[in-house]
Amino acid sequence: MNYNWNWHIFLEPNPMGTGTYLDMLLAGLVLTIKTALLAWVLALIFGSVIGVLRTLPSRTAYWIGFCWVEFFRNMPLLVQLFLWFFVLPELLPRGAGLWLKQLPNAPYWTAAIGIGFFMSARVAVQLQAGIGSLPRGQKNAATALGLTTVQSYRYILLPMAFRIILPPLTSEFLNTIKNTAVAITIGLIELTGQARSMQEFSFQVFEAFTAATVLYLLVNFIVVTGMRFLERYVAIPGYISGK
Amino acid sequence: MLGSFDFDVIRRALPYLFLEGMRFTLTLTALAAFGGLVFGTLIALMRLSGYKWLGRIAGVYVDFMRSLPLVLVIFWFYFLVPYIGQWLTGASRPITVGAFASSLITFIMFEAAYFSEIMRAGIQSISKGQPAAASALGLTYAQSMRYIVLPQAFRNMLPVLLTQTIVLFQDTSLVYVLSIPDFLGAASKVAQRDGRLVEMYLFAAVVYFTISCVASFFVRRLQARIAIVR
Amino acid sequence: MIEIKHVNKWYSPSFQVLKDCTTSVTKGEVVVVCGPSGSGKSTLIKCVNALEPFQGGEIILDGVKVNDPKTDLPKLRSRVGMVFQHFELFPHLRIVDNLCLAQEKVLGRKHDEAQAKGMKLLERVGLKEHARKFPAELSGGQQQRVAIARALAMDPIAMLFDEPTSALDPEMISEVLDVMVDLAREGMTMMVVTHEMGFANKVADRVIFMDRGEIVEDAKKTDFFGGTPRSDRAQKFLSKILQH
Repeated sequence: MNYNWNWHIFLEPNPMGTGTYLDMLLAGLVLTIKTALLAWVLALIFGSVIGVLRTLPSRTAYWIGFCWVEFFRNMPLLVQLFLWFFVLPELLPRGAGLWLKQLPNAPYWTAAIGIGFFMSARVAVQLQAGIGSLPRGQKNAATALGLTTVQSYRYILLPMAFRIILPPLTSEFLNTIKNTAVAITIGLIELTGQARSMQEFSFQVFEAFTAATVLYLLVNFIVVTGMRFLERYVAIPGYISGK
Repeated sequence: MLGSFDFDVIRRALPYLFLEGMRFTLTLTALAAFGGLVFGTLIALMRLSGYKWLGRIAGVYVDFMRSLPLVLVIFWFYFLVPYIGQWLTGASRPITVGAFASSLITFIMFEAAYFSEIMRAGIQSISKGQPAAASALGLTYAQSMRYIVLPQAFRNMLPVLLTQTIVLFQDTSLVYVLSIPDFLGAASKVAQRDGRLVEMYLFAAVVYFTISCVASFFVRRLQARIAIVR
Repeated sequence: MIEIKHVNKWYSPSFQVLKDCTTSVTKGEVVVVCGPSGSGKSTLIKCVNALEPFQGGEIILDGVKVNDPKTDLPKLRSRVGMVFQHFELFPHLRIVDNLCLAQEKVLGRKHDEAQAKGMKLLERVGLKEHARKFPAELSGGQQQRVAIARALAMDPIAMLFDEPTSALDPEMISEVLDVMVDLAREGMTMMVVTHEMGFANKVADRVIFMDRGEIVEDAKKTDFFGGTPRSDRAQKFLSKILQH
């Protein structure tokens, strides 16, 4: 392979004047994490509401949940980001559209909201399955004690359902982090974006992508380890999940 | 606003969008799904082979691929494939690889990781009695896999495999980052040329949505049918 | 206390689970409901606290009409205790918290008060030392005793038991029945769906026999066991059960 390796490139100053190339990548990593966290919070909030709606006896609630999930699940994330970023400002009244377009950090907010809603459909499906896997008698027992529907969900069903779906939620969180890379298309210079600019400036393509890869693996490892601790922390003595 | 919505832009672009863009997208999806399934099954067999090192290599590959964003993997292969080609052919310079070939290799390698997990679950869901019965009849390991276990695993997992293929269909839109005219890339080209972003992106969204919805509807029907048969 | 009048229930237009069921339970009375599986006995008892909706007739609980849309159902349910076949303790809460939750959230009791009440009831069912454990760490019989204590913690005016011993291993049945016998002797109003005829013989005032959604027999215990039950169906059922 006639490729000129240069692993010292990371310590050389980047052309943006923001320190070394390594600093550039780390700034990208921080943006990846920030975007992913905000998106994940949105995904959890909306996903929980929609997931619960899909388990209520009301047909209207079920249909709202169904439409939400189908809408966000049947379009590529990239297309959804384009809709949020390019199309939504044009469809709004002039003033609001203009304000949106001139928003500072627009790619960041768009990415977080777009990815958050995209992931909320997946969280909703997981939560619906989690609630569905609980014995029917649990809801009955809560109801028989006089708990209202809201109280039954708040104190009985959701604490159990979230424990059960913790492992799939971990992979959905990892997906959220990975999906932030799609936002490179609307100008978010996160980790993959920074690796790409480093490659364009320095021509050291494989060093740049290797570094990004290592950082993604590291984040993955930290999340998986953290979630394993969380799982152990919320585990119920004597209770074998999946039973 | 909708008053100035220009349907004619879409109409004029239709031949380009579908004959070029959608053909690229669908061909890429179909070939990548097929290749991903073949390699994915091989990886799954490696993981379940009982040979420690074979299993470990397969496991590392799957975990590695699943840890990375698809966009990064697309970039990786886009730059790496010419060098691998050079190494394989012994050429003196990195070979030029077409956009389609590069994307196809990327998606096969990437999807193999995901398909392998599905096939692994499928193989593990077959009761231990099946391969035992096959061995009792005198079938070799390879024969029992080929004629007994894999067909059942494939049939049980068909809905999941198809759902993953719908995800793959949506994911192929990411070749956009290489400026390749797949369906979305074609729509984007027209959008920028004519300054009609709203029309083109909305239209692209509707097309992806319709195809995915119809496809998942059929997968659900298939799933219900399989559930009854069992 | 509990009045059930002409209750009809359909699962689908062609499948009627309850056919014109009429009976009542007066204060302090213990009524055992028995019958073959699928006879509608569990459904009937679940109608009493409106866990199951029904389409015809009415149920009046301590003067309150259950199937009136204006009835505050959570409040009504909090006044009737219910014990389930599969215990239905809340697996993520400690035993004592299983007893406290509804006291605090429904009755608005202070945590200390709820806890004191809970501990007293756990002592009564002989499980005080298990208060800090989680449900899955207890045996089935222990869990069902906790479930009874959980229902009692709400100071119910009546208790409903839905096959409380049918999910238990045989050696655990008596520890649960003992608690129920004590409860009956203290004058608790009880409606019990069970196949335990020994229990019925010991403490029941009346026995109701159901089959195919109908109340076939509704007799004083002495008549039900002592005299000959009037229907063939009840007789057949009894002879099958009493063989063991």
